[in-house]
Amino acid sequence: MARLLGHRQTKGTVTDKPNLMLPRYISTLLTIFLYATIGVLARTASVSEYYVAGRRVPAIFNGMATGADWMSAASFMGLAGTLYLSGYQGLAYVMGWTGGYVLVALLLAPYLRRFGQFTIPDFLAARYGGNPARLVGVLATVLASFVYVVAQIYGVGLITSRFVGLQFEIGVYVGLAGILVCSFLGGMRAVTWTQVAQYAILIVAYLVPVTILSYQVTGIPVPQLTYGLVLQKVQVLEEKIFAEPAEIEARRIFRERADGYYERILTLPEALDEERLRLAEQIEELKSSNAQMREVVALERERRELPKSSDAAKVYWEKLMRDAALRGAEPEHHLTPYPSGGEEVSNPARLNFLSLVFCLMVGTAALPHVLMRYYTTPSVREARTSVFWSLLFILALYLTAPAYAAFAKYEIYSTLIGSSIAQLPVWVSAWGKIGLVSIEDVNGDGILQLVELALNPDVILLATPEIAGLPYVISGLVAAGALAAALSTADGLLLTIASALSHDVYYKVYRPEATTQWRLVVSKTLLLVVAVLAATVASQKPATILSMVAWAFSLAGAAFFPALILGVFWKRANSAGAVSGMLIGLLVTLYYMVRVQVDAIPWLGIQGIGMEPWWGIQSTSAGVWGVAAGFSTIVLVSLCSQPPSKATQDFVESVRYPELEAS
Amino acid sequence: MRREHQHRNYWRRNLKMTALLLAMWFAVTFVVSFFARELAEITVMGFPLGFYMGAQGAPLVYLAIIWWYARYMNRLDRQYGVREGEGDDG
Repeated sequence: MARLLGHRQTKGTVTDKPNLMLPRYISTLLTIFLYATIGVLARTASVSEYYVAGRRVPAIFNGMATGADWMSAASFMGLAGTLYLSGYQGLAYVMGWTGGYVLVALLLAPYLRRFGQFTIPDFLAARYGGNPARLVGVLATVLASFVYVVAQIYGVGLITSRFVGLQFEIGVYVGLAGILVCSFLGGMRAVTWTQVAQYAILIVAYLVPVTILSYQVTGIPVPQLTYGLVLQKVQVLEEKIFAEPAEIEARRIFRERADGYYERILTLPEALDEERLRLAEQIEELKSSNAQMREVVALERERRELPKSSDAAKVYWEKLMRDAALRGAEPEHHLTPYPSGGEEVSNPARLNFLSLVFCLMVGTAALPHVLMRYYTTPSVREARTSVFWSLLFILALYLTAPAYAAFAKYEIYSTLIGSSIAQLPVWVSAWGKIGLVSIEDVNGDGILQLVELALNPDVILLATPEIAGLPYVISGLVAAGALAAALSTADGLLLTIASALSHDVYYKVYRPEATTQWRLVVSKTLLLVVAVLAATVASQKPATILSMVAWAFSLAGAAFFPALILGVFWKRANSAGAVSGMLIGLLVTLYYMVRVQVDAIPWLGIQGIGMEPWWGIQSTSAGVWGVAAGFSTIVLVSLCSQPPSKATQDFVESVRYPELEAS
Repeated sequence: MRREHQHRNYWRRNLKMTALLLAMWFAVTFVVSFFARELAEITVMGFPLGFYMGAQGAPLVYLAIIWWYARYMNRLDRQYGVREGEGDDG
């Protein structure tokens, strides 16, 4: 019988040594205190200081702040894990999240800076003549940034609950307090300087463990250069491990399970009653014999988790079937691009890879909280240079992430796989306790096979110090770094949402006569309201961090990218075209995302809305359709209606070369 | 209208450079990834070339593109006497 571990060996781990939690407490609290101090010192009551940091941020520091703003919980925690799990396929994130800056530098940053207002909707309103474009811009800003900020606050909740030991829901609000202390008082100025500090912390935290690991394994402390050789060793280990008879057997058992779930789904609703009956009998049987309490508890939990209705059971078992089939499938080599198994498998994988890269790049060049940063530099020239610095600082992390994955894989394949399950290292059970690592001895041989180990992607980064046997201080450092990454991004996003609502809706549309003080009061109030709202949504754990982030990118890309690009490079684009193009891009993306991602929305009473993806493109790349729809709508509608006015055409000229304004 | 003419020249040179750099961006991103399997035969620093381009090559090329564009445009600005966008706070 399969034995479920993960609850074993809880003794002798972190919980028994409370002093080991100390560095984590200290690092977490100290860093939040540091951010609060910067927030208080940089408090401001000037509009220009509050929204664009007085346009005095030098290119290099703006680049650093953009880096911290940019690298979120998903980059810091998720990227290395995704690369570990999917090898070459994970490189879509590395390329997408860096290549987007080429689009920012070449197509957007200098022009936005030359225009020189406060928000992205400001630009849309000036270019496309007035409030309809502004309001659609605000709608898209709020939608994309809100989805993104929920993901960040969710990440903060995870870190505080994991490292400081708070309950998840409380952790969310503690994190929220940390976010508010810096953005609330000082706006963009405080956020910028806090982010500079946060960048320093997060990059040191990211580089230290893997540098030590590189030194231990290869003798050279430059992981970015050495991991190619480590990957070759991984390749050799993979070939050996994949072909072992015990591995093949364990994979076969997972495939059988998948078949079992498939049969159950076919025989619904009877299968649900049968399953309930079977579990009840098994529990009775175990209770009457003197079986281990642990096994009874596991079965009872399985019974509790069994869905109530036939529809829910279908969804539940389909997920279990997919998981089991995935684990039973032929494993892929880390270095191999696109899965093997013929063109019908590898071609769709390649198409998805390329479209994900495209969506992430376009999303990067359209997320308002990133673009807004280029309003804060002193000049257009500084804006151009600043993009270079941004990417340089970002690359420090992104070029290291694949090395993390390689070293972690090497350690796990060479020491963990094939060892006795009874004598696994302490970190396995410590992370197993919070459900991030699970081990199931499916073939019952007491030896750990590769397929029997299931790792949550987030765990790779957080556990690497422990995997490599580094001191606990390093773990505290990593926690502080992860927190800095999540907090800094959340700061920037909240400020963007509050600016869009207070500046664009309240001041520009609703009450243009409002005084400066009053505008700041409104902005700060809105910041607070949005923050609490986002924390409330985050505490419901709506989806995983990475999928929320991918949705935000697709939404922002589809709404803004076509309108911004055509706004600068095509004078003929007019208001009707832009407004309809942004709306249609947004709607197509939402439509595709919802219909591919979910089949039923129970609380709205909607059922059976799932559809087959077009050309097999996954919902995370929904932006491909949205961007295409956006571009073609703007072009078609603009050509079918009046060309824009002389004033608008002059505006485009002034964005392209500014001295026209003076003459 | 000498000024008009100058503007058009400046803009055309900007567009030319932008198009050239975007073509490079497209090539290292999409063309190289498309042929990643075929490139796996070649090895660089222990990496198959396809993997290396995704993990380090392409990001470093992006950085070079951005650096080159900033340098080129900032020089062009100076050459055409473009006024800096300073002091235009709203």
